[in-house]
Amino acid sequence: MAKVLCVTSGKGGVGKTTTTAALGAALAQAGEKVCVVDFDVGLRNLDLIMGAERRVVYDLINVTNGDAKLPQALIRDKRLENLSLLPASQTRDKDALTDEGVERVMGELRERFDWIVCDSPAGIERGAQLAMRHADVAVVVTNPEVSSVRDSDRIIGLLDSKTVRAERGDTIEKHLILTRFDPARADRGDMLKVDDVLEILSIPLLAIIPESLEVLRASNVGCPVTLNNPLCAPSRAYIDAVRRLKGETVPMAIPSDRKSLINKLFTRRAA
Amino acid sequence: MSVLTFLKPRGSGSVARERLQLILAHERVENGRPDLIITLREEILNVIAKHVTVERDKVQIKLERGEGVSTLGVDIEFPVDAVLKPKAKAKRAIA
Repeated sequence: MAKVLCVTSGKGGVGKTTTTAALGAALAQAGEKVCVVDFDVGLRNLDLIMGAERRVVYDLINVTNGDAKLPQALIRDKRLENLSLLPASQTRDKDALTDEGVERVMGELRERFDWIVCDSPAGIERGAQLAMRHADVAVVVTNPEVSSVRDSDRIIGLLDSKTVRAERGDTIEKHLILTRFDPARADRGDMLKVDDVLEILSIPLLAIIPESLEVLRASNVGCPVTLNNPLCAPSRAYIDAVRRLKGETVPMAIPSDRKSLINKLFTRRAA
Repeated sequence: MSVLTFLKPRGSGSVARERLQLILAHERVENGRPDLIITLREEILNVIAKHVTVERDKVQIKLERGEGVSTLGVDIEFPVDAVLKPKAKAKRAIA
């Protein structure tokens, strides 16, 4: 049974697109058939993060409007054959998305894939609501910072009221991914603690992604971080998140690149 | 700020937590409801308009959100020839 996962946050710039690409690639590496869908119409970026920006011919709007068939718009990843991208349109705006069109495309995607990972635009308007509308699972991406937590709280409220599942009276599975976490700042008391954020938002924690240069490096070269460097701290956190999404019980840890003894030994030996 | 708080510095993280808990407790109640302040303002004004003529731009509304209680202050300026002659200003706070 296909699962639709929406990556959302309310606030912009917290790591939704990075998370969509990282989770999508890690799910594909775990053997699942995955499609990542960019819902950020007008400001598409998932194509760039996935390294497929020069291969976009048709987009989500073309498919929802019936100007192209879904298989024509899907871009198959060059590194993983069971990973596809459905890009957003760069020239249209979010009003070009119709409720019926999105519903039909999500239905078609469910027939072809095991996981459909939707990258939501920032905000709480129509675009964000359409991205979450058909979700079975939601991943709320939050930075340990006041404005991000406040916006996430708002998004959680929308997930519980504006999704198809919520309207049917079903529950929608919600998870928190805390990104750009800096353990040193948390130790000094100058950052919201993980427990603070969990207590305030009261949804289960899926992963803590440490602040890392590796995320920037991966976006520079157009490769999901989990493929670009699967051993780095953020990748290990995302890979654990995927195992949890698939139902495994994995102990929660904040991966670090600095303290890992195994990593140090490994690099020394390799040098 | 007392000397004690100065001697016992704490991280800004706990301030962030307290501010968030307070504001979200209010926002969760308000979201999904029509704007409470606007509704209150309209209803209060309608009640007063029954008895005196009030100019809309002479009405000030202030909201203070506290831990256990919020106060809504409505400051309405009555015209000089209003029915309530002794006071030109009426102040009322609703908890």
